[in-house]
Amino acid sequence: MSQVHTVFGSITDYTKGSIELVSGEARHYVFSNMFEVAAKSKPYERVVVAKNMEYVQEVMRAEGSSPWFACGHDEFALCMDGEVTVDFIKLKAPPDPAKNGAVLAGDAPAGARMGHVKLKRGHQVLLGAGNAYRFTATRTGVLMQQTVLGDLSVEKWSEICYGPWP
Amino acid sequence: MPDTLAPVVASEPSNVTGYRSFRLGKFELSRDAYFVAVRWPAKGAKRSHQMPADAFLRACMRDVAWNFFYGWVNFDSVIGTRNHYGKVDFYAGTFNGALKEAGVDYLEQFDSGHIMATFKAILRDWVNEGFDPFAAPVETGTAFGPKQGDNIAAIERTRIATQRMPGLPGDSPLRDDMPVNRAFADVAQDEPEIHAEPGFEGQLHAFSLFKYLSRSDVTWNPSVTAVCKASLACPTTEEFILPVFHGNDRVEWFVQLSDEIVWDVGDKNTGAPRARVTMKAGDVAAMPADIRHQGYSTKRSMLYVWENVTPGLPQRYESGELSPYPVDF
Repeated sequence: MSQVHTVFGSITDYTKGSIELVSGEARHYVFSNMFEVAAKSKPYERVVVAKNMEYVQEVMRAEGSSPWFACGHDEFALCMDGEVTVDFIKLKAPPDPAKNGAVLAGDAPAGARMGHVKLKRGHQVLLGAGNAYRFTATRTGVLMQQTVLGDLSVEKWSEICYGPWP
Repeated sequence: MPDTLAPVVASEPSNVTGYRSFRLGKFELSRDAYFVAVRWPAKGAKRSHQMPADAFLRACMRDVAWNFFYGWVNFDSVIGTRNHYGKVDFYAGTFNGALKEAGVDYLEQFDSGHIMATFKAILRDWVNEGFDPFAAPVETGTAFGPKQGDNIAAIERTRIATQRMPGLPGDSPLRDDMPVNRAFADVAQDEPEIHAEPGFEGQLHAFSLFKYLSRSDVTWNPSVTAVCKASLACPTTEEFILPVFHGNDRVEWFVQLSDEIVWDVGDKNTGAPRARVTMKAGDVAAMPADIRHQGYSTKRSMLYVWENVTPGLPQRYESGELSPYPVDF
C-alpha cells in the first residue's frame, strides 16, 4: 500500500469544496469552510457555521487569549488547528442553567482555579456547565464549539456561505 | 410495541444455495449466490427487484444498527424503510418517481420490533463467514457465493451510547485497546494534557477525537461523542460508499474533519438528482430536510455528523411548520 496521507486543513492551508447544482440553490446547503471563516474573523469571534434550530456550531479564530467565557449548560470545543490551553474556574456565581449559549464572565471571575487543559489538533474538551473558561493560543489556530445560540453568537451567513449559486 | 411480536417467517434453507427466504407482510425476500430479490404485489401482479447481495447486506446492516435511523433509509432507488419511531414502513418503489407514477409501488407498515427481528434473522442467515457488512470492501471477504457459515460477531455490533462524552466515568469507553486503522496510520495518537488543581481531580475532561476516530473498525456508523441537550455530535469514519441513500426527516449537518467526501443529493420523494456536494477538510454543510443523500469517500475520512434529536421534529418538518432549510439568508 502507498504511504498514508490524511488531509487535515489549517487556517493557512485549506481548500474549500464545491457544489454542482442540478436544481435548487447552493445556499440551501449553507456551505462554508471553517478555516476560511477563522482566517477572516477577529480573535475569538464566535461565528456560527452550523445551526439547527437553537443549536449551533461556532468557529473561533484562536489567537492570543480570549475573554473569560461561561455557560449554564455543557459546551464542547474541538481544536481543529493550532495549540490552545484552556483555563478553568469554578464560578461562585455560575450562569443560570436556563440561559442558552456562552456569556462573558468578566476579567477576573470569582471562584477557585480548577486547572487547565492543553489541546492540539483533534483534541476535544468538555466545557462543563457553570465553569468559566479562557482559551490561550500559543500559535494561531481554529476551534469549533458545540453549543446553543447565545448573546455572543455571530451570524454572518452571506459572508461565509455560497450564495444562490456557487 | 405489542406484548408479543409477530414471528419471523422464514423458509427452510434452499437445497441449491443454502439460504432461507423470508416473508415480511406481503413482501418476499430471497437471495442467491449474487443477488437479493424482493417481490411484492401491485396492480394485480407480482413485481420484483434485485440488488447485489453485498449492497443489500451493507444497507440492511446499517438499518439494524441505526434502529431505522432518522427518516428514510433507501437501500437503493427502489426499496427501503421509513422510520415512524415505533412503526416502520418497508416500501418498494414508493419513493421512486417513475415506479410511483406507474402505480407499481407497494408499502406496508410494521411494528418496529417485527421488522427488526426479520432483518436480524436475514443478516444472521445471509451474511457469510468472512464478510463484515460494516467493513470497507478492501478490509473484508466476499458476500457472494452459496451459504458458508456466518459472522454473528460482526453483525451484532450496536451504536455506542454516550450520555455526555466518551471517557467520562460511567460513560462510553475510549478506544485505546483498538488498533489504528491502516488508513489513519499517520494520525497523531497523543492525548490532551489535563492539569487539575488539587480538589478538582476528575472534574476536567478532554480526549483526542481524531485518535478515537482513527481506531474505528467500522465505516458509515456514527458514534455519539458529545451531548449538548438535544444536540448530538455523531462523528464517523467513511470509506467507499454510504450503503444507503439516507432521506432526511430533519435537517442534519456535516463537518468534514479530514480528507474528502462527495455527496449525491436527490429529491427525498422521487430521487431526482438535485446536486453533487464535494466536501473537503474543514467544510461545513447542511443536508436539508427535503432531500436524500449518499456519500463517496475514496480515502477513509473523518466526518462529523451533527444531529438534533428534539422530539417531534419529523412532524414539524412534514407539516411545513419548519423550513427544510436551516438558515434563511
